[in-house]
Amino acid sequence: MNELVARAGPDEPMRRVRLLPCGDLATLVELPPDAGVLEFRADVAALGLAGVGELVPAARTLLVHHSAARGPVVRAALVTLPLREPDPIATTAPVQVSVHYDGADLSGVADEIGCSVEAVIAQHQDPTYIVAFCGFAPGFAYLLGLPSALHLPRLATPRTLVPAGSVAIAGEYSAVYPRESPGGWRLLGRTAATLWDADLDPPAVLTPGRAVRFVAA
Amino acid sequence: MIEIVAPGPLATIQDRGRPGYAHLGVGLSGAADREALDRANRLVGNDAAAAAIEVTLGGLAIRLPSPTTVALTGAECGGAPGWDVAVTLPAGSRFALDVPRAGLRSYLAVRGGIAVPAVLGSRSTDTLGGLGPPPLRAGDLVPTGSAIAGRVSGEVATAPAHPPALRVVLGPRADWFKRKAVTALTGSVWTVRPESSRAGVRLMGPELKRKVTTELASEPTVPGALQVPMSGMPILLGPDAPVTGGYPVIAVLHSHDLDAAGQLRPGDQVRFHLW
Repeated sequence: MNELVARAGPDEPMRRVRLLPCGDLATLVELPPDAGVLEFRADVAALGLAGVGELVPAARTLLVHHSAARGPVVRAALVTLPLREPDPIATTAPVQVSVHYDGADLSGVADEIGCSVEAVIAQHQDPTYIVAFCGFAPGFAYLLGLPSALHLPRLATPRTLVPAGSVAIAGEYSAVYPRESPGGWRLLGRTAATLWDADLDPPAVLTPGRAVRFVAA
Repeated sequence: MIEIVAPGPLATIQDRGRPGYAHLGVGLSGAADREALDRANRLVGNDAAAAAIEVTLGGLAIRLPSPTTVALTGAECGGAPGWDVAVTLPAGSRFALDVPRAGLRSYLAVRGGIAVPAVLGSRSTDTLGGLGPPPLRAGDLVPTGSAIAGRVSGEVATAPAHPPALRVVLGPRADWFKRKAVTALTGSVWTVRPESSRAGVRLMGPELKRKVTTELASEPTVPGALQVPMSGMPILLGPDAPVTGGYPVIAVLHSHDLDAAGQLRPGDQVRFHLW
């Protein structure tokens, strides 16, 4: 475990968290780029602070819900918590997601980055992804690990309907659409795997911190 | 059992919402005016976790196949058998709510609560996330349950007065905006646009101009956040808003004024002031 100690030297930027108010019942913690959001979330949870509610991770931030009365105490604890680098090794076995690579944008992605469809598929399958956070829709997991060659912006015009199970990419992320919805990500394929079931608890298979591998169906 | 004769523009089942799943992308949902829901449940002696019907701009018409104790709260509509008071109606009773003179959302609680199956611990309809029961339709038979905590109240409950201006806490991204944007936020009258929904109240007023124009990495949001998309016109996020967003939030409503925001209706004018 690497601790990132705050340094104030002239060459070293302050690697500290920023605490941003989010109403009277939550504080948004902005982490420096080299600190792991999920590691920080685990460390905040381990503190077991009274008055702290949900801890919601996103790309570079963690939202800490707390009671109004405990806000000052919680903020003081958050600002002094040591930071850790992201842990690249997942602690759990990866979830295997079988993909039919027949997405509507597959050939377009290949054209745009100047390689074959087979090369796009190979690159998409290469890494072990980590669920960074969920958002956009229930069970929609943002998977980190996409090779940089596949980093492409969202479609200029989002589709009004993306089928459930669509495997897609946008920016530095890959994702699986948990249910039919509008969406602007580029579709590489689809999976028949059930990754979201509201009747189960937890309802999502892809929870923050889970490792994921895509394999050809 | 309640028979829905007509749902009006939008009638959904709501309780206190679905906390605890935001990290899985599940929004809070639940009654937009929580205090009015709680009051309705209290009047009929229900458990605070009981579900009720949230009515949008009146229009709900129901028939009661068996004797039922009900209470209506929130935006006051004509045509009701009583307001802010529990009333027991005989079998075969019907009533139809008129459009409220002011406010947007009314709550119909029945003794025992609405007993549709819970999804992730809540019976609330999340209109954006697609969780919980679908919005009510004409002909629906809505089951009632046994979520009873005590006796039916004999009191007339008093609705709290909503403040003329809503309190906001600046941040988390007020520093992404030009200084003038912050003064415009608190110094202007904002008009509620018709495209508003349970996901967000769209506001019209002076453009809130950004200082930082780079793209914001998705970050968590909360109901009550004033999120500002590229148009510069803020959206006051509602209970069904997504849990993360890629637009900066200039300020967040104080929790005490969330219920007042739940009653903003298209055409209403609203002001914000710093808490």
